[in-house]
Amino acid sequence: MINFQYLRTTTAKSAIALLGKDKNAKFLAGGTNLIDLMKRGVTAPEKLIDINHVPLKQIEQVGNKINIGALASNSAVADHALIKEKLPLLSWALQAGASAQLRNVATVGGNMMQRTRCGYFYDTEMPCNKRQPGTGCGAMEGFNRMHAIFGTSEKCIAVHPSDMCVALIALDAEVVLANAKGERKISFKDFHRLAGNTPQLDNNLKADEMIIRLEIPVNNLAKNYHYLKVRDRASYAFALVSVAAAFEINNNKIIDIRLAMGGVAHKPWRLTASENFLKGKEASLSNFEQAAQLAMTAAKGFGGNDFKLKLAPNTIIEALNLAKSKA
Amino acid sequence: MKSSDPKNNQSDSRRDFLKKSSVITAIALTPGVAVKAAESNADERFAELFEKIPLNLTVNNKAYKINVEPRVTLLDYLREELHLTGTKKGCDHGQCGACTVHVDGQRVNSCLSLAVMNEGKKITTIEGLADGDTLHPMQAAFIKHDGFQCGYCTPGQIMSAVACIREGHTSSRAEISEYMSGNICRCGAYPNIVDAIVEVKEGGATV
Repeated sequence: MINFQYLRTTTAKSAIALLGKDKNAKFLAGGTNLIDLMKRGVTAPEKLIDINHVPLKQIEQVGNKINIGALASNSAVADHALIKEKLPLLSWALQAGASAQLRNVATVGGNMMQRTRCGYFYDTEMPCNKRQPGTGCGAMEGFNRMHAIFGTSEKCIAVHPSDMCVALIALDAEVVLANAKGERKISFKDFHRLAGNTPQLDNNLKADEMIIRLEIPVNNLAKNYHYLKVRDRASYAFALVSVAAAFEINNNKIIDIRLAMGGVAHKPWRLTASENFLKGKEASLSNFEQAAQLAMTAAKGFGGNDFKLKLAPNTIIEALNLAKSKA
Repeated sequence: MKSSDPKNNQSDSRRDFLKKSSVITAIALTPGVAVKAAESNADERFAELFEKIPLNLTVNNKAYKINVEPRVTLLDYLREELHLTGTKKGCDHGQCGACTVHVDGQRVNSCLSLAVMNEGKKITTIEGLADGDTLHPMQAAFIKHDGFQCGYCTPGQIMSAVACIREGHTSSRAEISEYMSGNICRCGAYPNIVDAIVEVKEGGATV
């Protein structure tokens, strides 16, 4: 690992001030992705600002929102009584990710900031527009079994690897960010980016900003929900395709519905057209099938990942069936 | 608890040689004077490149204060500085679980944690599980059920297994497998590992 300056601080204000001083500084929270990337030489920050002692670990209901501090661990969120009761979809998605050891350390903010696991991004001998803009994309015509089918660009077909973020985009979460001037709040769906011409940018967090907390509206989606993750082994693997499905149902009629996918795009992928189609309709298999087909309208395979064109709609249908059967 | 600087009594071992040669490398790389940056507004610690900073840790109920470079992982600190070599380096990338230890009672991959991130914390390694010569119930159960073949993943498996019971994730064999999935065993001792965990859980002993 290339050496670095190490700083440790106990307040968000001081952390932001330190970050503002140095372009090549990075925050160090759980470190489960960052330290790995540093060991492999994928990234080499000159300065690490250890923020583990900054008090941003709260998990609490404030009015009609549930606030989760950026430094709450993945397991603390997944196991929290409030989350299990009111946002079980988030709890399930978190449990589907990583391993018990990693979830104990990895934070909410770190989960959002984690980099793609594309093999070409990780292998510093390979071309990668995300790691080194302008070098090309090895995956486009290479091994792209894990790669994106939605929203791809000529520069990059990597996917965002998070499970947690798929649930958060489905739950209409908001993110509170802060810099030295103050705080701003953005919709979770606007946090991550598509690759476009700037695949080196995973998200819209500015260089001088820190993630402070998530705010998630309380909803009526805690009964009929499912997070279905399809992967190469039964546990502890990244998603080939995952689906977060939750709906509010009355006399078998869908009142409110949320659908999002993971493992298919450069950002967590909300299925708005499918949601709009299902709203007000009967929760039936034929409607689920039509919604799944709608979701696939703009899908495109790259050879190795063509199987996802079939796997994705099937996973949507199965997730909806499983969510419905919870009634 | 008293501060302690463990000595390695093995002579002429491969590990000892590696340690001596790495000390020489470290001296060659360390700048003559490591200067604290006065302008820093970090309110706790600041370490320049290659500067070692003091780290207070309690490992297996023993307090240690050793200066360490920020880039040293908790795994390397335990193995190379404290000579607690029971904790294994497998993949060194958080994918295999061989390096699992408990930090303040929670299982973590020590390979993906910098030692300095753990200031003031209580670490338990496989060496800290047994009570003198009396094996921890999980260690005894692994032996009884043949929960290993080559043994390299075993310390991590046992640390994870103990945590699994403490967390309450042992309601079924399927749940045990799910919550043990961060520990890979290439010999394939999984069914026997689950047998061992089931026995300890059903035995009701405090782990």
